[in-house]
Amino acid sequence: MGMEGIGARVLRKEDQRFITGKGRYTDDFKMAGMHYAAFVRSPHAHAKIKGIDKSAAEAMPGVVAVLDGKQLTGDGIGNLICGWMIHSKDGSPMNMGAWSAIATEKVRYVGDAAAVVIADSLANARSAAEAVAVDYEVLPHVVDAVSALKSGAPQLHPEAKNNMIYDWEIGEAAATDAALAKSAHVTEIEIYNNRLVPNPMEPRAALANYDVAEDHFTLYTTSQNPHVARLVLSAFYQVAPEHKLRVIAPDVGGGFGSKIYIYPEEIVCLWASKRTGVPVKWTADRTEAFLADAHGRDHVTKARIGFDKDHKITGFKVDTIANIGAYMSLFSSSVPTYLYATLLSGQYNIANIHCNVRTVYTNTAPVDAYRGAGRPEATFLVERIMETAARELGLDPAELRRKNFIRSFPHQTPVIMAYDAGDYDTTLDAALKAADYAGFSARRAEAEKRGKKRGIGLSCYIEACGIAPSAAVGSLGAGVGLWESAEVRVNPVGTIEILTGSHSHGQGHETTFAQLISDRFGLPTANVQIVHGDTDKVQFGMGTYGSRSGAVGMSAIVKALDKVEAKAKKIAAHLMEADEGDIVIENGEVKVAGTDKKLGWHEVCLAAYTGHNLPAGMEPGLKEGAFYDPTNFTFPAGAYVCEVEVDPETGVTQIVQFVAADDFGKIINPMIVEGQVHGGIAQGIGQALLEGAIYNADGQLITASFMDYTMPRADDLPSFKLSTHETLCPGNPLGIKGCGEAGAIGSPPALINAITDAIGNNNLTMPASPSRVWAAMKA
Amino acid sequence: MHNTSYHRASSVDDAAAMMAKAEDGKFVSGGQTLIPTMKQRLAAPSDLIDLRHIAAMKGISINGNQVTIGAATTHAEVASSKELRAICPGICNLAGHIGDPAVRHMGTIGGSIANNDPAADYPSAMMALNAQIMTNKRTIDTDDFFTGMFETALEDGEIITAVSFAAPAKSAYAKFPNPASRYAMAGVFVAKLKNGMARVGVTGAGASGVFRHEGMEKALTDNWSADAVANAKVDEGMMLSDIHGDSAYRANLVKVMAKRAVAAAG
Repeated sequence: MGMEGIGARVLRKEDQRFITGKGRYTDDFKMAGMHYAAFVRSPHAHAKIKGIDKSAAEAMPGVVAVLDGKQLTGDGIGNLICGWMIHSKDGSPMNMGAWSAIATEKVRYVGDAAAVVIADSLANARSAAEAVAVDYEVLPHVVDAVSALKSGAPQLHPEAKNNMIYDWEIGEAAATDAALAKSAHVTEIEIYNNRLVPNPMEPRAALANYDVAEDHFTLYTTSQNPHVARLVLSAFYQVAPEHKLRVIAPDVGGGFGSKIYIYPEEIVCLWASKRTGVPVKWTADRTEAFLADAHGRDHVTKARIGFDKDHKITGFKVDTIANIGAYMSLFSSSVPTYLYATLLSGQYNIANIHCNVRTVYTNTAPVDAYRGAGRPEATFLVERIMETAARELGLDPAELRRKNFIRSFPHQTPVIMAYDAGDYDTTLDAALKAADYAGFSARRAEAEKRGKKRGIGLSCYIEACGIAPSAAVGSLGAGVGLWESAEVRVNPVGTIEILTGSHSHGQGHETTFAQLISDRFGLPTANVQIVHGDTDKVQFGMGTYGSRSGAVGMSAIVKALDKVEAKAKKIAAHLMEADEGDIVIENGEVKVAGTDKKLGWHEVCLAAYTGHNLPAGMEPGLKEGAFYDPTNFTFPAGAYVCEVEVDPETGVTQIVQFVAADDFGKIINPMIVEGQVHGGIAQGIGQALLEGAIYNADGQLITASFMDYTMPRADDLPSFKLSTHETLCPGNPLGIKGCGEAGAIGSPPALINAITDAIGNNNLTMPASPSRVWAAMKA
Repeated sequence: MHNTSYHRASSVDDAAAMMAKAEDGKFVSGGQTLIPTMKQRLAAPSDLIDLRHIAAMKGISINGNQVTIGAATTHAEVASSKELRAICPGICNLAGHIGDPAVRHMGTIGGSIANNDPAADYPSAMMALNAQIMTNKRTIDTDDFFTGMFETALEDGEIITAVSFAAPAKSAYAKFPNPASRYAMAGVFVAKLKNGMARVGVTGAGASGVFRHEGMEKALTDNWSADAVANAKVDEGMMLSDIHGDSAYRANLVKVMAKRAVAAAG
C-alpha cells in the first residue's frame, strides 16, 4: 500500500486552499457585465396571485428586468419534475401538482417565488424587489401533514385530492397483522421525526451566462451532481440542449443532500440571462436558505412490534404520514418510501413487516433527501421501539437486540433489501465495551449523588448505501440509473488525472481517490489530480449523495485503473521482452518478477505516448474509462452508545459519552472516515437535541435564522469514541460500504434512548430541548 | 443593506449636533444589534453617528466604592477589569458571557442599555445594582429608565454617557442561554447592597422586558441564601412564552438562576 495507499491517514490535499481562503465557490466567480437576481418571495403560506404591478420596480435605478411566472412559462420553460415515480397501493401513479420556477397562479409556501428582479447591483435588485407590488388573495393554509389529510383541509394542488400524493405500502399487511395478533407481547409507539433545515455553510448560488455568439449557456452552481443538473435543465426545463449547456459545480461548501436538486433559482438565472442579455448571479442569504432550500425528515409515525415468548420479533407494522411540502422536489418521492421502509428490518431477523406511507402536500418548503434520507427515519423508529420494548419486557436493551440479530448472510428481508454481509454482534460488543456498559449503574448512582439524572441508550443501525443498481432502482420507479463513471488519464510523464462523475463538496475526494493510485502504482498522491464538477471536462456522472462515492465512484476508478494497469503491463512486457504475467508495478517502478529488470513508471508512460516501440497493433496512449453499475446496495451498520446527564432543575442534557462502533467495509483513509463520522454524529445530535424547523399557525417559518434554529456547536458535543470493524462488502471490488451518512442515521435514537432512560419518561419529542425534557420530567 | 452615511463623533456635543442635522439618524455604538438589523434591511437610517470613539465615554473609573463605566466601554473591557472585579465580580462575569469574543470586543454597555433588548444581560445588572444612567441631559434612576421591551426613558437625541453605581457587598449573575441565539432565556442578577438591601434584576424571561423581583428581594434581604429564593413565587403570567420555552418553564428558570446566582455570590 505504501505511505499513501489504502488505509493511510493522508492529510487532505484540498485543505490547503480551503483553510487559507483560496477555495473558489460559485459566488467567487465574476463575469463582465454581471447582474444580480433578487427574488420576490411570498410572505403568505397560500395565496392567489391576482396581479403584479411592476411599474415602480422597473423605474428604479439599475433595473433591467422584472420577470414573472407567466413570462417564464410563456418562453417555454418547463415545470420542475420529480425524478422517481411512486405508485399508490391501488396501482395509480402519484398525484403530482405543477411546480413552475416562478409561481403563475398561486403561491404555496412562505418563500415561494412570485417574481424576480434583475439589476446591476445586489442592492438595486433587492430594493426593486421590495417595490414589486404583488396583489395576493390570501387563501387558507395548512402546514402539518396530519391536518392536511383531514376533510375540509385547504387544498394545494387540483391534481392531489385531499393533498394526498400517494398512499403506498410495502410488505404483507395480513401476515403482519396475524403475526402481531399471535404475539406474546406487543409494543406500540408514536413518534414525530422532526423537520430539519440542512444549512450547509455555503448557501446555494447560481451564476448563468448566455453567450449569444455561440448560442451556448454556462452555469456555475452549487451542485452535488452537475451532470444530472444539466440533464434535467435540458431535457425537462427546455433551458437548452445538453451540448449547448455547460454546468460547473466548483468548490461547494457542503450539501448534505440539499444541493442534489435542481431548484427554481438556477433555472431562472439561465432563462433571465438569455432574456436580458447579461450574466445573472444569485446567491441565497441565510434567511433565503432557510425558506427555500429543501428541508429534511418531517414524518409522523405509529408503529407496533410483536414478540413471542422467547422475545423474538414476530412482526412489525408501521403507518407513516410524510410531509413533502408545497411541491415535489427532485427525489422527494423516494425518501419516505424506498429509502425508508426498505430499512425497517434494521439489524433484526423479522419475518413479517408491513409499512404504509401516505405522502402529503402542505404549505411549507419542499422536503427532500437530507443526510441519511429515509434511513434516519427508519432507524429512529426501529431503535426507539426496540428500546421501548426492552423496557416494557424488563430486558437489557442490548440483550433484546442480540436475541434478534441477523447472523446469516446473505439475508433477505421482507422489505426488498437483501443484506450481503455484516457482523452485528461484534460492533455491539465493541461499543458496549468502549462505553463500559457494565459499569453504568455505578456511574448512575454517583451522578444521583451530584443531583444529576444519568441515562444510557443504544442504537444498532443499518443503512443502505452505495446507491444503486440501476436496473433495481429503475424497476422501483427511478428516472435515472445510479452507476458512476471514471476516466484515468496517464500523462506522458507518468502523472495522472482522474476524471470522476462523483462530486466533492467536503468529502475529501481529492485525497481519497488519489490514494487509489498510490496503492496501485506506488506513486505519491501529489502526482495525481482529481478532476470533477464540470460537464465540459467529465463526460457524465451521477454525482455524490447516498454515501455512494466510495462504493460506486471509486469502483468505477478501480475498473478504469484495471484497464490502465493491463495496458501498461503489456507495454512493459514488450519493452523488457518479458511475459506480461511476470510484470509487477510497485513503488513507481515496473518490474519483471524474479529478475533485476525494471523500468520507471514514467518510462512506460512515455513509451505509450511516443509510440516508437509498442506491441504490434496497440494504439498509442494510456487513458481508460469505465462505467461501474453496482450489483446491490451496500449495508454499513454499527452500534452507538450514548450516555447523558440531565439537570433536573433546568432539563439541560449533557452528553457525557458517545461511542460509535461502525462497520464501513474497507476504509481508504481512516482520518477522513473519522471526520465523516464526527460530522454525521454532530448532525444526528443536532436533530435529536437541538434542531427543528417550525411553521407557526400563520404558516410562517419562525425558525428562519440561527437566532431561533439551533445548529449544533462545538460545546454541545462531547469527544466521540470511535472504532471500526471491517466486514468487506462482497458487491464491489474494494469491499467498501460507505460512511457519509452513518453518524446522522445511528445517533438520534441512541441519544433519545439515553435521555428517556435518564428521566424515566419514554414520551419525548425531538428536538429534546431543555424545556421539553423539563416538561417530560414533570409529566 | 440600504445606503447610509457614517459619521464618527469626537465628543458628546459633536454627536448631538450630528444627530440634529441628520434626516433619520441613529446613534451606533458597538452596532451588535443595529448593524445586523440594517443588513436584513429592517432598519434603514439615513445617517449613523458613531459614539464608540468619544474619549469621554470610554473606560471604567472607580472612586472609593463608586463605579462609573463610560457608555462606550466594551464588554471585553468590563470583563477584564481587575479593579472592577475586586469590588463587583458579578458585572465582570456578566460581561464575560455576553455573545462571543467578537461581540464582546465591539458591543458596549451603553448600546446594550439604550437598546434594552428583553434578552440582553446588562439591564438586569443595572436594576440589581440600582445604577444611575447618565446622559448628556440628565441622570436617570435605573428604576425609571427601563420602560418595556426595547423601550427606555431616553428622549430623541439623548445619549447615554455613562452608568454609575455603588459596589455592592455581594453580587453575581446566572444566565440560562437560549439554545439557539445564546441570549438570556432567563438571566438573574442578584446584589446585596452595602446597606443590607438585596436587589434582584431579571432579564430574558419577562413578557415586558427586564424587571425586579420584589418577592426575592424581600426574601434575600431577610436571609441571603439560595434556599430563600427557592420558595419565592415567580408569576408565570408575567413570563414570555415561545418555541424555546413556555411561561412555566421560564418561571422555573428564573427561580433556578436566582438560586444559582445567590450561591455563586456566596
